[in-house]
Amino acid sequence: MGLTVNSTGTALLKEDLSLTYLEEDSSKTAVVALAGNPNTGKSTVFNNLTGLKQHTGNWPGKTVAISKGQYTFNDENYVIVDLPGTYSLFADSPEEEIARDFICFSRPDVTVVVVDATCLERNLHLVLQILEITTKVVVCVNLIDEAKQKNIIIDTKKLAEFLQVEVVSTNARSGEGLKKLQEAISNVALRKEKPDTCIIRYEESLETHITKAIEILENTKIEFLKKRWLALRILDRDQSLTKKLENYFPTDQPNQLEIFSEQLFNQPLVGDFRESIVLSLYKQAEIIANTVTSKNSQANKLRFNFDRIALSKFWGIPLMLLCLGIVFWLTLVGANYPSQLLSQLFSQLEEYLFLGFNYLPVPQLVKELFILGIYRTLAWVVAVMLPPMAIFFPLFTLLEDWGLLPRIAFNLDHLFQKSGAHGKQSLTMCMGFGCNAAGVIAARIIDSPRERLLAILTNNFVPCNGRFPTLITMILLFFSGSGILASFSASIIMLLLIVGAVFVTLIVSKYLSKTVLKGIASSFTLELPPYRKPQIGKILIRSLLDRTLFVLSRAIIVAAPAGALIWFLANFGVNGQSYLEIFATFLSPLGKLMGLDGVILAAFLLGLPANEIVLPIIFMAYTSHGSLIEFESLTATKSILLNNGWTSLTAFCLMVFSLNHFPCGTTLLTIKKETGSWYWTFLSFLIPTIIGIASCIFVSQVARILSFL
Amino acid sequence: MSNLFSLNELATNESGEIAYIHKDSIMRHRLWDLGFTKGAKVRILYTNPSGSPRAYLIRESVIALRNEDASSIKIELEQNREGVRNEDGVNS
Ligand SMILES: Nc1nc2c(ncn2[C@@H]2O[C@H](COP(=O)(O)OP(=O)(O)OP(=O)(O)O)[C@@H](O)[C@H]2O)c(=O)[nH]1
Ligand SMILES: [Mg+2]
Repeated sequence: MGLTVNSTGTALLKEDLSLTYLEEDSSKTAVVALAGNPNTGKSTVFNNLTGLKQHTGNWPGKTVAISKGQYTFNDENYVIVDLPGTYSLFADSPEEEIARDFICFSRPDVTVVVVDATCLERNLHLVLQILEITTKVVVCVNLIDEAKQKNIIIDTKKLAEFLQVEVVSTNARSGEGLKKLQEAISNVALRKEKPDTCIIRYEESLETHITKAIEILENTKIEFLKKRWLALRILDRDQSLTKKLENYFPTDQPNQLEIFSEQLFNQPLVGDFRESIVLSLYKQAEIIANTVTSKNSQANKLRFNFDRIALSKFWGIPLMLLCLGIVFWLTLVGANYPSQLLSQLFSQLEEYLFLGFNYLPVPQLVKELFILGIYRTLAWVVAVMLPPMAIFFPLFTLLEDWGLLPRIAFNLDHLFQKSGAHGKQSLTMCMGFGCNAAGVIAARIIDSPRERLLAILTNNFVPCNGRFPTLITMILLFFSGSGILASFSASIIMLLLIVGAVFVTLIVSKYLSKTVLKGIASSFTLELPPYRKPQIGKILIRSLLDRTLFVLSRAIIVAAPAGALIWFLANFGVNGQSYLEIFATFLSPLGKLMGLDGVILAAFLLGLPANEIVLPIIFMAYTSHGSLIEFESLTATKSILLNNGWTSLTAFCLMVFSLNHFPCGTTLLTIKKETGSWYWTFLSFLIPTIIGIASCIFVSQVARILSFL
Repeated sequence: MSNLFSLNELATNESGEIAYIHKDSIMRHRLWDLGFTKGAKVRILYTNPSGSPRAYLIRESVIALRNEDASSIKIELEQNREGVRNEDGVNS
């Protein structure tokens, strides 16, 4: 289920699960690893078993880090680990290496391979590779509901005979078959690893080499890995693995294996070693898949129909914009009422609070600090910011679950390619809608380090959920007009802003590709999964709840102290001037130049911890006694702005600056963590800020010149 | 081996069998893992307005590739289409 509370900043900042931590409790409980091709439903199985809310989504690459959960079955404890999806275990990419290393070195008691019933052949390719490493495997044939729809029937008994492991068929969404899966897991957990087995026989020429290599390996201390598999990896020159194994080779005869493999490679193997392995694996996978699958091929044709529109030359991009536009519109229309309701509620509550405080023996100042500073900022953030977030997010998640995201990536790829960026950058941007920190983490799906940095540095140009309500408020106050059509025009303006944000991203990516991140677009592959009917009810409730909790917790963690600070700054000062005024006056020249004012700039700076509090700060600063007005209605707030010299130009420049300025604190910390470098973190701060300042100056000066004409 | 095309040269809904992937392609391994192996059947399904990427049906899944990458995959067209393509003079 799409972007949940876990896909937001705070959760992401927590340390990744380390493998060592796992080994600690593995003595008491069985460790189960979930492996499989991307997008086969691993995380859905994981969630269903553990009751956790690991995010799932209908696009390959949703899970980028290992996550761990727990469940009990028949009074036994199981630790289950959700691995990133991979197409193979040759460790050519980071996810593959993570998954491979976990299966090899953390040695789970059971490895569950989740396979897609509608695409068995390619999935079996991975299953066979895993079986070469371990035989303590349960194959979970998932998505059987989709297979049924396509008239595909998998004979799990036959499949089990072929593979010599337990096979269970499941529908992870509905939970069908998961009991059986747990049973199978508990059976296999008790079983002993089968000694060296030969899952696949390769070409004779390879087999002779393999036999020789196995002989040499008999002298090493590597008991826990199957010699045949190890031999294959060494012959395939898998240096990432041999490096990790160096300690295990006997020190007195260290080079035997190396000498042997050197000899081998000096007399070139016939053809390509890897190709030969892959061909044999696929041949076997084909044989098995053909024997165990029966299908009615006619039904297959239906599946691709919608993509004829979504990926067509004429409709592709308009359709995407339409989807996004509808989501915006629903957000605007839907947020209005709860927003008003909440603010009424809060103002009522405030009266009670005042009354309540009267009974407490606290000085007036403390009372004001609490109510006018902290309480009102909180109320503002919740009343104004929460509704749009809590509506936009679930809706966007629906689109994600349906399968729109990879189509967006497909339709926009050529633009990213021209900018020297990766085609999957649009996926990371979509995650950025929810939270830029999440978008930065999502960039892990991009293998090439250069392009991953591009995606990280530019993610902030997508307005995250914290800035989204600010933009909406500005649009509604100044640009959308009023009446029935207001929500339509507001949605269209919002859409234009997003298109603008995409263009800025592309231009900056291109510029970076020509300067500090020189290079051209590298190759990429993108799987387009079938459209899936989103689990509407479940997503709406879950996602709404998660968002609400997220906003509330942020409001308490960030907005409350910020409210107190700003109240202090606004109410204390020197020489009759409050600190906030002094600060704002100091920033005023730059602010004026940018079409803003000192207060707005100050608000952005003070809003560094969280963008949600920018608007509340502005209002607090404007109101005379330095406390926030109660939020009653948009029109009432507009007059305050107008009284402080705002024009539509001010509002427009504020939107521009909101879209283009430094990332919030959480995002910056995430960037530091993901890139491991202060240099890139600093750049990610600097680039959007400079662009924001420059474009604001440009816009406001042009507008001023035009108004003179 | 007379009728080899690059994968990206196929017309929409044309299909063929993979003959080989060019040795220099840096993404050979990735393509193999996705199922683009010798002898596998591929059909082209969708094309981006700009011509690249294009989406292919391979082993029951839909995979999008940029044209530069797809061009390293050489395809033998299905028999019934060959005649048509020869008249176009596209093949080398
Ligand atoms: N119809 C149906 N949909 C499923 C089933 N299992 C998973 N899904 C959906 O398939 C999509 C992918 O599921 P995930 O659990 O995110 O897949 P994953 O294997 O974790 O994917 P990665 O993390 O990208 O490797 C989601 O939209 C799920 O709701 C199933 O049995 N039936
Ligand atoms: Mg996952």
